[in-house]
Amino acid sequence: MILPSLILILIVGGIASWIVARRSEVVARWIAVASVLADLFVCFGIWVAHLGQSRSTPERWFVECDFAWIPQFGIRIHLAVDGLSLALLLLTYFLGIMAVLSSWTEIRERVGFFHFNLLWVLAGITGVFLSVDLFVFYLFWELMLVPMYFLIGIWGHERRIYAATKFFLFTQLSGLLMLVAIITLAVLHHQSTGVFTFDYQQLLHTALSPRAARLLMLGFLVAFVVKLPAFPFHTWLPDAHTEAPTAGSVVLAGLLLKTGAYGLIRFVLPLFPGPSRELAPILMTIGVIGILYGAVLAVGQTDLKRLVAYTSVSHMGFVLLGVFAGNEIALEGAVVQMISHGISTGALFILAGLLQERMHTREISAMGGLWETMPALSGAGLVFAMASLGLPGLGDFVGEFLVLLGAYRANVPLTVVATLGLLVATLYGLRFAQSAFQGPNPHHWKLPDMRLREWAVLGLMMVCLVWIGLYPQPVLNAVRPSLAAAAKCIPAGNCQEIKR
Amino acid sequence: MSHADFAALLPLTIVSATAVFLMIAIAIRRNHKAAVTISLIGLAAALGSLALAASVLPRQVTSFFILDSYSFLYMAILLSAAAFVLIFAYDYLNCREEQPEELYLLVLLATAGAMVLVASRNFASFFLGLELLSVALYAVIAYVRTESISIEAGIKYLVLAASSSSVLLFGLALIYSESGSMELSQFTATVTRTAGHANSSLLVTGLMLVLTGVGFKLAVVPFHLWTPDVYEGASLPVTAFIATVSKGGMFALLLRWFHVSGGNIGALGLVLSIIAIASMLTGNLLALRQTNVKRILAYSSIAHMGYLLVALLAGGALGAAAGTYYLAAYVVTILGAFGVMTVLSGSRWEAASLESYRGLFWQKPLLAAAFTTMLLSLAGIPLTAGFLGKFYVLTAGAAASRWVLLFTLIVSSTIGLFYYLRIVVVMYAQPADPGTKRDARALPMPLPATVALAALTGLVFLLGIYPALFWDTIVAVTRNLG
Repeated sequence: MILPSLILILIVGGIASWIVARRSEVVARWIAVASVLADLFVCFGIWVAHLGQSRSTPERWFVECDFAWIPQFGIRIHLAVDGLSLALLLLTYFLGIMAVLSSWTEIRERVGFFHFNLLWVLAGITGVFLSVDLFVFYLFWELMLVPMYFLIGIWGHERRIYAATKFFLFTQLSGLLMLVAIITLAVLHHQSTGVFTFDYQQLLHTALSPRAARLLMLGFLVAFVVKLPAFPFHTWLPDAHTEAPTAGSVVLAGLLLKTGAYGLIRFVLPLFPGPSRELAPILMTIGVIGILYGAVLAVGQTDLKRLVAYTSVSHMGFVLLGVFAGNEIALEGAVVQMISHGISTGALFILAGLLQERMHTREISAMGGLWETMPALSGAGLVFAMASLGLPGLGDFVGEFLVLLGAYRANVPLTVVATLGLLVATLYGLRFAQSAFQGPNPHHWKLPDMRLREWAVLGLMMVCLVWIGLYPQPVLNAVRPSLAAAAKCIPAGNCQEIKR
Repeated sequence: MSHADFAALLPLTIVSATAVFLMIAIAIRRNHKAAVTISLIGLAAALGSLALAASVLPRQVTSFFILDSYSFLYMAILLSAAAFVLIFAYDYLNCREEQPEELYLLVLLATAGAMVLVASRNFASFFLGLELLSVALYAVIAYVRTESISIEAGIKYLVLAASSSSVLLFGLALIYSESGSMELSQFTATVTRTAGHANSSLLVTGLMLVLTGVGFKLAVVPFHLWTPDVYEGASLPVTAFIATVSKGGMFALLLRWFHVSGGNIGALGLVLSIIAIASMLTGNLLALRQTNVKRILAYSSIAHMGYLLVALLAGGALGAAAGTYYLAAYVVTILGAFGVMTVLSGSRWEAASLESYRGLFWQKPLLAAAFTTMLLSLAGIPLTAGFLGKFYVLTAGAAASRWVLLFTLIVSSTIGLFYYLRIVVVMYAQPADPGTKRDARALPMPLPATVALAALTGLVFLLGIYPALFWDTIVAVTRNLG
């Protein structure tokens, strides 16, 4: 019963904070913080209980719950958590709290409905990370869109309607393709075994013809690479990230993108090992294109949030590269990259939000010399810019390094090109830090420095980044069994061929 | 005819008798409240008699009617839909000073016509039911005589429906001249035979002409041209009636007599596939640029009829059940949507333009939430009835490997999402000017309509969250089709 309660706490918390906001907005905000915090503690509890004592738990899942829902089609509310989903859940709740705290003064209108939507997005994301019934997975996958749509569409910036609609349509079309693939997989399973089921574990053993497997994999893949987003499907991302309010950007960049990567690791690799192997070179190439393309475009941006959005495209390219490199090191790198990107990019968006709140602009050219007036905030900005460009000692470096290490075994030329992405990253990172914070103060800004709440938010995120950068072992230990299960499906043939 | 035959016909008899009784009552004394009460009691009694008569099923009554669990299920859907229409119509007509009583009479007659369609097994009863439905609709569409737009819609419908009926009649005559039989069941026989040996051209021609008539009532492309104008011109409750009872009755007939278990239905299948694809795409594409919510829903109904045809074409036990589930979900949803619009309409104007929904959420959050639910259900977002309906249709299509239809469905429903979101966006935007509130928004909500809306919203969620109950019934009912 622990797992459904994770979702229920958020749903109830959302409704409560909506109702309470009519009386007192502060209480509504605290209710939101409290409910996410409660989930965070529950997840910590599971973490301590299952990772603390025994390293090698024999069972696949730490905690599991399973109810029948639509028996005619074998649909069950089957939730389960393993190391991978647990790590991502912790990230979800951590960033969730940060999102609530960072919108404390930004959102002043319709506070109750805002927190309602925010908590329901988190509930949807929780469901995505927990469900191991494909139908339920799709359900949550779609459900997290609606509140996100409202978050962007109501509290966003100038072109919010355009961005929100674009975001919804992209994900909806790709999601429906995935739904057809899910249904077809279940129908094929039904035809070969006579059992109608959407259960992940059972569908893993479906006998598929190579052609069917390839087509079905494409159905899943489309949904996940649009969400990730990979290079040709990324166009919704800069718009959505830029127009969303700070909390929306944090959740989008930090969490929603991760659901795409999670789907690749959890579903595409194990369900379709054959086609994954076949398509791996293409997908790795797409990943590398994404790395360079995102980084190059980030260099050219003048809007701070747009710049950060394009760096996301670049970082997600590393994740795609790592997932399909076909070995465990790269996979581990991809997961670490997911988590540290969530924190560092989330922090950059919060920073952009703080700057916008003070200066009412996101144009980098309007900034400059901010160190003079806001030393603490500028220092924090420098740290996160460094994290984003992959400075050793901070989280992103570990992820990128492991991905490149693993990808090198699979495909040397691609890895060499991907490394260039780090170079361009230095360019955009330093350009941003320099033109925003350093130099003279041509616009004579006089702005208040960080307040205590903002210190707490950014400080905590810094601590986490440094922790992952210096001692990523706990994360790696947690996710290793789940990744081994995923990587088992790809025999290391990929890299051996190259070596030969 | 035996006692059991009469018992089986009880629902039809009750609805017709209510119509006669209401006519007499109006002649004696006009009273709006009494009229609506009599009609609702009649509908409720007919619904109750369904349960009573269920013991004598299945039963063939004369050569006209077939009364089995399938027709009873559809009758139940139609009767409930008609009841909801009447509840909304009461509040709608109450604030417009006219003589509203005859509307109930006409609606009852049209409902009886639709029920005859559902139960017919013979050309004669098919045509009688269709005409009973159509003739009542002509009058009911043009009912609000002060509005020129209603008159226009009524005449448009009259001309087109009359010509489509005559085409249909001609088709029936051709089939009869070739086969010498008036049974509707020969449709399926003709259809399945197409693959084997050549049918005479008369039979095929006749079948296509019949499809024209059926397609007109369902408003599928290319017989859809009347839909937006009639939806816009008719008053809101009447539009809801056309969207649910009229289309539902005809779809029940289509599903029963064109449903084939094998899935291979040859040339007719090709024609129906083209109609389905054209309806899904045309409906959704044309809705994109509309600014009138009634017209948007009209075009969206064309697309939804296309989705229903996908279920029909998928065939098999799953296809029929999926189609029925989708229809039930659609009826509930569209009733809810039109219900919200009716409640929002003032005494002089209808809440039809997109602008009249601006900022609704911040003034009437519950009403806007209900409307959002309905729109999301039409778009097929999870936890609503529309999603599970779409899921069943997709499953049936995937089981029958109808990939082209499925991909058209996916693409067109993504296009569809765009215009549903447009309405949602307007509702959650800033109110136009917060100082002056439109008259209807300041009014208190009428109680019966509020209860009906709450019930419909609940049903949308029930059908979307716990389908197990309903699904078993549907599968049992549709098992012996085709």
